[in-house]
Amino acid sequence: MNTFVNQFSTSSALSVIKKAQAVTDDDEEFSDAAWGSEAGFGSLAKGVPSFSVPAVQDPTSFLRLHTDDHADPNCRIKIQHGTTTLAFRFQGGVIVAVDSRATAGSYIASGTVKKVIEINPYLLGTMAGGAADCQYWETYLGIQCRLHELRNRERISVAAASKYLSNLVYGYKGMGLSMGTMICGWDKTGPAVFYVDSDGSRLKGDLFSVGSGSTFAYGVLDQGYRWDLTDEEAQELGRRSIYAAGHRDAFSGNTCNLYHVKEDGWRFIGNYDITKMHYDGPGDVPGSTKVAYGYDVRVEGRTSSNPPVAAAA
Amino acid sequence: MSIMEYNGGSVIAMVGKGCVAIGSDLRLGNQALTVATNFEKVFPVTDRIYLGMSGLATDVATLREQFRFRVNMYQIKEERDIEPEAFAHLVSSTLYERRFGPYFIEPVIGGLWKTQGGEYKPYIAAADLIGCLNFAKDFVVAGTASEKLFGVAEGLWEPDLEPEDLFETISQTLMNGVDRDAYSGWGAIIHIVTPDKVVTRTLKGRMD
Repeated sequence: MNTFVNQFSTSSALSVIKKAQAVTDDDEEFSDAAWGSEAGFGSLAKGVPSFSVPAVQDPTSFLRLHTDDHADPNCRIKIQHGTTTLAFRFQGGVIVAVDSRATAGSYIASGTVKKVIEINPYLLGTMAGGAADCQYWETYLGIQCRLHELRNRERISVAAASKYLSNLVYGYKGMGLSMGTMICGWDKTGPAVFYVDSDGSRLKGDLFSVGSGSTFAYGVLDQGYRWDLTDEEAQELGRRSIYAAGHRDAFSGNTCNLYHVKEDGWRFIGNYDITKMHYDGPGDVPGSTKVAYGYDVRVEGRTSSNPPVAAAA
Repeated sequence: MSIMEYNGGSVIAMVGKGCVAIGSDLRLGNQALTVATNFEKVFPVTDRIYLGMSGLATDVATLREQFRFRVNMYQIKEERDIEPEAFAHLVSSTLYERRFGPYFIEPVIGGLWKTQGGEYKPYIAAADLIGCLNFAKDFVVAGTASEKLFGVAEGLWEPDLEPEDLFETISQTLMNGVDRDAYSGWGAIIHIVTPDKVVTRTLKGRMD
């Protein structure tokens, strides 16, 4: 067979899998089950992972019946929903900031969730919607990005990475995947932010916020955003926006995780407690005005309706 | 959408040694949106009775005035302060009056009653939204965080706590309970009722 033709003749899924199998011929002696599961990352070189499906007439509607909490708040399986995430592009790179609360109904299941997924040293993904969906597919995206690097001797662009994810989740459209994510990074074109969701939308932009607290974050973000923000100002804006969402939105809060992506890759800036920011401000960090964020803390004693504590007593 | 969860908020009352404690969070919300963080849900009825109400905020405000009116009428007719047990039944029958179109609140009552011998004994009670009374010996809870409050209170409460220790117990219970509830929190207020005085303290709580 003409291997040259085989390699370039088609890009159909079948030939992609055949190529991948040819590459990984040496682990053929193991079945997929030997790796633990069919969907495990161990067998990924053989193509897109496969999933076991409930043995009912219509698996998609069966799953929806038990997970769709808008239709039935008492349904058995509750998927993490409330969130605030934001990312914006500016002169000095990309700022990514998220909260850390996970809720199941009105129950706060966790206050220490990592909603920024470190895909590789140059790419970050954010988590909103189904936590497992985001975590799994963005980790999977990381694997594919590495393979791209190996094949092409070049880092994948943010546009390409986000399109890979977008096309991937579109393949599962209608099957109940729930994710609203921002793929952020730095490539040849400079800083880049793409919004990708499980409906199949993929948008390029300077500034996005996703989740139940996104409206509050947008309020602060839009007010303070400029292209020529300094690094310190931009980090402060990200922090301040997540604080606003954490304070006002019942389903967001606990802490803020802040990342900054520059030419040499992303850097974790810090973890900030939302209540501490309310009462004392973010502390002695670059960009901080060292003033408490809380409205009633800032205006205490300045209006008759909000007298100083000593006067009220 | 549940009407009982529309505005959010929670109340709790606990029995101590010769004292009671009653408190609430300070959130007023419109579903997920936090509108105010100074909405108290516990109100004085007499010098020794406090009433807490969780549920629909408009009904909390309406019933606060309704109960003020009825307690005033009682006291004018009887020429004495109302006792906690009588007040609990007043609350119960006021709520049952609306059996088929209820006020969407759950009341919690905490007070001291005077025995024949002249000493004061603690009294707490709670009811559902149509007035089914629940007289508890230890603690009562209501609101969106009620399940979480039950859990923490069950672990922390013990009999015969002195006022200062009761304050610590109810504060820890309320703060840690509402921190696991999305619809409650944003600060809290506690009243400790003793025979000779009431101590009111606002607590700095998580603001998210």
